[in-house]
Amino acid sequence: MILSLPSRDWLLSDDPETRMQARLGQAYRLARALMRNPLAMFGLAIILSLLVVAALAPWLAPYSPLDGNLQNRLRPPSSAHWMGTDELGRDILSRVIFGARITLFIVVLVAIISAPLGLLIGAVSGYFGGWIDRILMGLTDIFLSMPRLILALAFVAALGPGIENAVIAIAITAWPVYARIARAETLTFRNAEFIAAVQMQGASHTRIITRHVIPLCLSSTIVRVTLDMAGIILTAAGLGFLGLGAQPPLPEWGAMISRGRAFILDQWWVATMPGFAIVIVSLGFCLFGDGLRDVLDPKGKSK
Amino acid sequence: MAEARRLIAPLASRAMPLAWIVLTIALTFLGLLAITFTIGRVVPIDPVLAVVGDRASRETYEAARLAMGIDDPWAVQFARYVGDVIRGDLGISVSTGRPVTQDLARVFPATLEMATLGIIIGVLIGVPMGVIAAARQGTWIDQIIRVLALAGYAVPAFWLGLVGLVIFYAKLRWVGGPGRIGIFLDGTVPTQTGLLLIDSLIAGDMRAFRSAFSHVVLPATILGFFALAYIARMTRSFMLEQLGQEFITTARVKGVPERVIIWRHAFRPIRVQLITVIGLSYAGLLEGSVMIETVFSWPGIGNYLTTALLNADMNAVLGATLVIGAVFVAINRGSDLLYRVMDPRART
Repeated sequence: MILSLPSRDWLLSDDPETRMQARLGQAYRLARALMRNPLAMFGLAIILSLLVVAALAPWLAPYSPLDGNLQNRLRPPSSAHWMGTDELGRDILSRVIFGARITLFIVVLVAIISAPLGLLIGAVSGYFGGWIDRILMGLTDIFLSMPRLILALAFVAALGPGIENAVIAIAITAWPVYARIARAETLTFRNAEFIAAVQMQGASHTRIITRHVIPLCLSSTIVRVTLDMAGIILTAAGLGFLGLGAQPPLPEWGAMISRGRAFILDQWWVATMPGFAIVIVSLGFCLFGDGLRDVLDPKGKSK
Repeated sequence: MAEARRLIAPLASRAMPLAWIVLTIALTFLGLLAITFTIGRVVPIDPVLAVVGDRASRETYEAARLAMGIDDPWAVQFARYVGDVIRGDLGISVSTGRPVTQDLARVFPATLEMATLGIIIGVLIGVPMGVIAAARQGTWIDQIIRVLALAGYAVPAFWLGLVGLVIFYAKLRWVGGPGRIGIFLDGTVPTQTGLLLIDSLIAGDMRAFRSAFSHVVLPATILGFFALAYIARMTRSFMLEQLGQEFITTARVKGVPERVIIWRHAFRPIRVQLITVIGLSYAGLLEGSVMIETVFSWPGIGNYLTTALLNADMNAVLGATLVIGAVFVAINRGSDLLYRVMDPRART
């Protein structure tokens, strides 16, 4: 073994020798602070299990998510089918397990599209100020003051139903919050000396924004994205429920609830089981986001 | 003269930001129109074909195309669209065959009834809960509020509606099922306000009132739950902020009874903030009703919107989006305005 694990003292050193050491030390402190919060750790455990379940879905699922046995349709939960079977005789547990992949796909894609977009708009707006700020923030405020779900619905209606279009519609309605946060964060250090110093060294606006402004806005944006995850999951499930998100036979949780609606009064498990999955995963992101906020952004705690 | 100036000066200094606020509200509405207009243009449905049908001759098609002004510049089309909307013309719904404006006027009271009941439940339970939780920090009621607030974020409204139907309608038989009123009573109540609860009272039909009430109570409670979770959490944090102030300590030192401290010294200053919160959650309920109405087959604007979505009835979709958006913006900005007018600290 040439590489030994870094010692605690090396991580917590007050005068790190390299940037790497400083960053690792900071990460270590963060992790320690997070670990002291049991609810946040519980949330993290849920998120990690979502990742594991999504990755290992073919091995974890006892049956196929798409092929059913029609003789076995609408069976209540039993030892053979823990969550029962649906109207086509498919095992609901297996479908819920495969549904984790779809949920993860949606959440990750929405975050990848909307967070950088909002971050960039907010940073540019806060950095330049003046008319650029007014126009960009005016646009942001217009989007912010509108009902997100309704807007997403209208966009999906225009783009046509489907999982990719649902992602686009949710992303379009999600970015303004991040733009507001990034702008507020940028304003706190816009006139700081280190920005002036970089400017005087001749750095271009692009370089200052991408290398100095955006990295400083990252932590509050990440906190907000994590907290928003639950909302994104609910919106995606809602679109699926209305038949506008993932299309059958994809085992998307919202769409599964929608199919189960027809049998809700007699075969309650068809619609309720996927709902538990939604609640647990959303709860995980909420709890972890709360913990992350307490650690990364103590100012925001009182809000 | 000097007297007049002394009276006008503060008015003018207050009118300037007010004018600015009115301008931003107007801009927001214009932005909303721009969004629905753009969405309407993105749709891969030929609007001319939708009007003339696919068996129309080439000449008819071209004439209709010209008459509809499809080839005009976007700015001209947008101006025409804004003009139409201001005159109350949202186009004809393909599925109902009636003007969208008429349809919306017919379905809106149902949504209003449910959302209003929901917000009443949310305020009547949420505010006292928040106050008590702040007064007894760390006790069981405080924990309940934390759990409720989390549930408000993590539980899908449509799923809660379905679970509620299974438990309270199918199993316990405590409430009426989907719809606004029992099927045998449907259409028996003469329409006055469009709000069934009030209409049946006006007609003096207690049987209809009971039926309508048993149908509205579950969806309204579920909507109210989401409002409650938010209102209680905000009330709690506002109260905690107040209770940490020095004048509270002073009052305690003077021996003012705790009940008076909580309700008079701490609660009074937060009432204005609460109005904003209640306004926001009321607007949120209008949005949440889209899902709940679909679950409960509630003939309101949300149900109208989702039905139109599935039929690709674009005029109806955009009209409903516009109306929900406009009401949302109006409540949102209205409560903001109210806050500025009522809270001296917000006047700058």
